[in-house]
Amino acid sequence: MYTQAIDLPQPKDTQSPAGSAENSDYQAEFDAKLARGEFIEAKDWMPEPYRKTLVRQISQHAHSEIVGMLPEGNWITRAPTLKRKAILLAKVQDEGGHGLYLYAAAETLGVSRDELIEALHAGKAKYSSIFNYPTLTWADIGVIGWLVDGAAIMNQIPLTRCSYGPYARAMVRICKEESFHQRQGFDLLLTMMCGSQAQREMVQDAVDRWWWPSLMMFGPHDSESRHTEQSTKWGIKRISNDELRQKFVDATAPQARVLGVTLPDPQLKWNEARGHYDFGEIHWDEFWNVVNGNGPCNRERLAARVAAWEEGAWVREAAVAYARKQESRLRDKAA
Amino acid sequence: MERKEWPLWEVFIRSRSGLDHKHCGSVHAPDARMALQAARDVYTRRQEGVSIWVVRADQIVASDPDAKPEMFDPAEDKIYRHPTFYKLPDEVDHM
Repeated sequence: MYTQAIDLPQPKDTQSPAGSAENSDYQAEFDAKLARGEFIEAKDWMPEPYRKTLVRQISQHAHSEIVGMLPEGNWITRAPTLKRKAILLAKVQDEGGHGLYLYAAAETLGVSRDELIEALHAGKAKYSSIFNYPTLTWADIGVIGWLVDGAAIMNQIPLTRCSYGPYARAMVRICKEESFHQRQGFDLLLTMMCGSQAQREMVQDAVDRWWWPSLMMFGPHDSESRHTEQSTKWGIKRISNDELRQKFVDATAPQARVLGVTLPDPQLKWNEARGHYDFGEIHWDEFWNVVNGNGPCNRERLAARVAAWEEGAWVREAAVAYARKQESRLRDKAA
Repeated sequence: MERKEWPLWEVFIRSRSGLDHKHCGSVHAPDARMALQAARDVYTRRQEGVSIWVVRADQIVASDPDAKPEMFDPAEDKIYRHPTFYKLPDEVDHM
């Protein structure tokens, strides 16, 4: 669902080492492939910083999917109708699936699933800041679909053309499923807007709380984004954070009118000359605060992840024990 | 903590009868039966398939990407292997 390209200072080891003659041949071929718009595949030679950047970005993306199941999963037992409950279950299951596609893509780069999950649980890996906000009412579930998944789609469509084959293919699969997420959200909100005054107020309140965090999902301004230039050269990033954010605002403002809600930004206004909506400045202090672990739900989310992992340990162990027993029985039979 | 990572399985799906199984991704699972179950849950939530194969990833033998030239270039200059190589009279060119 959600990539943010969180640009945190990286240790200096991501600089290219002084390449040997052989390495520079490989590098030349790698560069030529990118220039021809070809994909890099799992076992192809790639510069170490390219590999590291991908591991960081794909695993952050995978973690975001998995952590993203928590705020929504929170409402499965409280969905107002059986239909909405079935839809929400399907959506949360999709998020789990998206996480798995992405972990698998990251694993093709030579890291193990366990390492990635341990990094998340130890608080060393990042995930999208959006999931550190609470889901207070049922309207939040609709707004997450409409705005959060809407922002994710903007972010993710260009990634289907990214230069690393396994990541691009995972994104194709994810984008196909993502449209359902956004549409069910809008549909949920439309239904509430046709309800009572209290329900309409609930939708507006949810929009007020989620609008700015959704804009933050696109990451820092281009001028502040440390990795953008390199990622663009590598064909990982195709469209900049600010451009994507603008596209999202342009697409969403008319949708808000159809829904009958106000987006909480007094500066939001169509600019005829630019052919885009103007909008107000994001509170970057809040963004960095959440990214750095101090959002409303950071601790709760991580604790829920760790608890799920630890409480499931016996299941994983039992499955392995069972598989071993079956194997040894087969061996005994063969002997 | 002891690492007990489940082995990796590659997943191949036949999207409908008449078509080949095609690689679509991978799953971790302790045994073949659970690998099939996981592949079903992860890759066919919207009727994307009518048949699934799972293969232990460590059982797959792959060609070396660095050996691409030796492996595949020899076919490059054998254009006579293609029907379009042969220029035939117009009357029979639909052959």
